Amino acid sequence: MAVEGKAIDALGQFELQAALGPIGASVGFTQSNLYMLISGGLIVALMMWGMRARAIVPGRVQSLAESAYGFIDDMILSQVGEEGRRFFPFVFTLFMFILFGNMLGLFPYAFTYTSHISVTFMMALIVFMLITIVAISLHGKKFLGYFFPEGAPLWLAPIIIPVEIVSYLSRPISLSIRLFANMVAGHVMLKVFATFVVMLAGLGTVGPFIAVMPLAINVALVGFEVLVAFLQAYVFAILTCIYLHDAVHLH
Amino acid sequence: MEVAAAKALGAGIAVIALFGVGLGIGNIFSSLITSVARNPAARDIVFPIGILGFALTEAVALFALLIAFLILFA
Repeated sequence: MAVEGKAIDALGQFELQAALGPIGASVGFTQSNLYMLISGGLIVALMMWGMRARAIVPGRVQSLAESAYGFIDDMILSQVGEEGRRFFPFVFTLFMFILFGNMLGLFPYAFTYTSHISVTFMMALIVFMLITIVAISLHGKKFLGYFFPEGAPLWLAPIIIPVEIVSYLSRPISLSIRLFANMVAGHVMLKVFATFVVMLAGLGTVGPFIAVMPLAINVALVGFEVLVAFLQAYVFAILTCIYLHDAVHLH
Repeated sequence: MEVAAAKALGAGIAVIALFGVGLGIGNIFSSLITSVARNPAARDIVFPIGILGFALTEAVALFALLIAFLILFA
């Protein structure tokens, strides 16, 4: 249960079990995969349904689809410039996947697939490999000049270059851990306060009235988690754009 | 000292880092408010940068929390 002995089981919610019964168990199809499919389906449905109307003055769904498109397009144009347009499908997919993953996890009994380091690290690694390959293919050997900013005195090189290399290599780590830890922390807090509600409500006749307090905190926390869900998707996307700017323009 | 007690102490010490993060986030939003107060027209330019700065600082807080969880549960 939520309470075992004296400890609250806050991390058990992230364990993966097979979804879809025996079919799922035979191929190892977990709730994580299920919610990835649901999120993919929802994104495709939103964009297809939204773009079907093609009115000059958009209705609600078309407005939603267009504002999602315009948001990422503006982000790429302002961060990377015109050469960044070819990365638009990648950044859009990344943003929508993370956004829908974070948001879907807020429904009761749903699973947040972005709360697993395996998922977020893979996304961050793909971003990192993309920017490294783009930088090397665009700039060739001058890519190594990225680690020594021009105008810095030469005697500082032995200090600056290792520091720059380490901070470059730490990009996928920080990207992935930021998203994963935000989701884990949020859901752990939700679980802990929900357990408080259940524990307090069981205490005699006055229990349910005291249990309203952690319930109110939980309501506020869900609101905060919606904000964090959007914020983390936005930060992942905009950091990808900033790294792309570095790759395309070399500082 | 038994392992469980040492783990609890380690996790507690690990989250002392959140002190610096609190200072950092307060700093970001204080300068955001100051800059918007001086020049209200800059709000749409400064606000996304402020939010990005907040999220990056929050990430450091979560690194500390991650270390605490790793100490406690792994």
